[in-house]
Amino acid sequence: MTSRTSASGRLQRTLIPVIAVVAALALGAIMLLALGANPLTGYWAMIKGAFGSGNGLIETALKATPLMLVGVGITIAFRANVINIGGEGQMILGAIFTTGLVLLLPDMSGFILIPLVILAGLLGGALWGAIPGALKAYFGVSEILSTIMLNLVAAQLMNYLLRGPFIDPNSNELGAIPQTERLSEGADLPILIGSRLHAGPLIAILAAIAAYVLLWRTTAGYRLRAVGLNPDAARYGGMPVKRSIVLALTFSGALAGLAGALLVFGSESHRFVTDGSAAGFTGSAGFNGIVTALFGALHPLWTIPSSFLFGGLLVGANSLQRAVQVPQALIVALNGLVVVFVVSSDWIRQRLGLVEAHQPEGNDDEVEAVEVVP
Amino acid sequence: MSELFTETAIVATLAAMLRLAMPLLLAGLGEMYGQRSGVLNLGVEGVMLLGGFFAYWTTLSTDSPWLGLLAGLAVGLIMGLLNGVISVTLQAQQGISGIGVFLFGLGLSDLLFQKIVGTPRLIDPLAQIEIPLLSRIPVIGDFAFNQRSIVYIAFLLVPLSMWALNKTTFGLNIRAVGENPAAADSLGVSVARTRYATLAIGGVLAGAAGAGLVLTTGSFQQNFTAGLGFIAIALVYFGAWRPIGVMLGALLFGFIQALVFQLKALELIPVSQQDLYNMAPALITILALVAVSQRFQAPTALTKPFSRGG
Repeated sequence: MTSRTSASGRLQRTLIPVIAVVAALALGAIMLLALGANPLTGYWAMIKGAFGSGNGLIETALKATPLMLVGVGITIAFRANVINIGGEGQMILGAIFTTGLVLLLPDMSGFILIPLVILAGLLGGALWGAIPGALKAYFGVSEILSTIMLNLVAAQLMNYLLRGPFIDPNSNELGAIPQTERLSEGADLPILIGSRLHAGPLIAILAAIAAYVLLWRTTAGYRLRAVGLNPDAARYGGMPVKRSIVLALTFSGALAGLAGALLVFGSESHRFVTDGSAAGFTGSAGFNGIVTALFGALHPLWTIPSSFLFGGLLVGANSLQRAVQVPQALIVALNGLVVVFVVSSDWIRQRLGLVEAHQPEGNDDEVEAVEVVP
Repeated sequence: MSELFTETAIVATLAAMLRLAMPLLLAGLGEMYGQRSGVLNLGVEGVMLLGGFFAYWTTLSTDSPWLGLLAGLAVGLIMGLLNGVISVTLQAQQGISGIGVFLFGLGLSDLLFQKIVGTPRLIDPLAQIEIPLLSRIPVIGDFAFNQRSIVYIAFLLVPLSMWALNKTTFGLNIRAVGENPAAADSLGVSVARTRYATLAIGGVLAGAAGAGLVLTTGSFQQNFTAGLGFIAIALVYFGAWRPIGVMLGALLFGFIQALVFQLKALELIPVSQQDLYNMAPALITILALVAVSQRFQAPTALTKPFSRGG
């Protein structure tokens, strides 16, 4: 416990993710060399592309938005010791709910429509989070597996809707791109700066702050964290363990759902569009959010800068591809390495005598704390 | 509907069932070894993608699908041992580290394909082998004994795994380490070495599953596994951590997929509703998990890292 609150503990919690990213980038440099590309040229292009210009920064903020919302959602789940790998599906459900709503109410004015869009996004994601939550709490089904399966279900539902009921009526039926028409202008997110920067990043930051308040300033949040730290003690203390698990995944899903809604209504085309795969719509933000959450040390506020960094990596990947002809998929691989390094680092901390005991955060699908003596 | 019950349609559906069960069976059996020893490996999908890519690329460069299969196995072995470093030595939280491995495999296989291969080309698949005599049995011979070699290998691994788990010292060690690692350790069984071994087996079989997919379709595309690796993990729960159970699960899923294919081919499903039918495997996985979750007991030490003196 001491390591979490003490100053040195905090420093480690911040430093280890940074070291993990540096290590991943170093391995990435080796991969670039192996592919015959100059890593310095590549990485420099990446940094310039993401942070070197006004436009780059705006793109970075836009890319950071879904990562932040999903990442904060994953953080909430993690704090209750549940693992939400269903960000992809929850984003899709948020987009489906909100698109359906806007298609039903095409002539509504923005004052009413935009709050409704946000609400519908939250609701769709919440539903797709509550299902695995209830399955875990009341049937003992591993949320890791059920959230992954629900990702697959959501992707097919999206394909069905975008090729059928939701399809752009102006496109011919066969072989058309699975997408909606240009959605109602009333639902366009308000533009803050220039022509591209909409209110999405601001909404995401506000959501991160709200999640912080939820976790540390409300009874529900206190219960959630208590259940995450020690479910047995929480149960003896009379806390509703099962309900907290459902609640955590519901909140978690709601934020991912909002991310999906913002992705549709903040897009340049103002359409809900895919290429037939989940990633075709989400850009894998549902998975990449895991990386931003871990890099943000599982704290909602730290997830804000963390998302900007990883949003920058995604934007920079474009420039990297142009500069050294290495596909952007490199970033997906590097994100995977960051995840592995961050979760492997507990052991190193223990070996160095930096922590007294294993922190029981989000241990596994059996809600149980494990004590490991160094 | 009657088109579905002609002999040709039935044979085609059942043959497709076995073919589609193959990757699930290989990956599921591999995952089962890891889980029986107490390690949840969520990275199967990533290993399948990498194994599949290297099998594809090797076959493309050498024109030998067998060398391709070998490359897939080798990549799987490397990934399995790396997983041992992550899950056993570094004691990483298994629910998350596997997702890291998945993303790594997803990104790297895509990256290498785009960079090294570029334009998709078809490769020679593994040959179809007619088993003498058996293939002459009416109907059964037509669908069961006229398959590609990798399909036979997958199904032969079922009795082999039953024997290995239940009749050998190695199998006893695996079960002991998965149920009570401290007791196993005190009796001189190396928990770490046993888990490394099961993860190596799991890696090889996941590599084989990815290679098998590529070497039966003859093509590679980004994320070609499309969730099969994750379904394979669920099958281990569904199959109650037993080889026969995993096989029955794989056959059920193979059958569902084959049936959907057949219904599409016979145009019994309207084109507009095909995506809805594609939900079937994942939906049934969830229902199956609900049905079995309270009936079967998972290995006690599953997902729990072990260190001495605890």
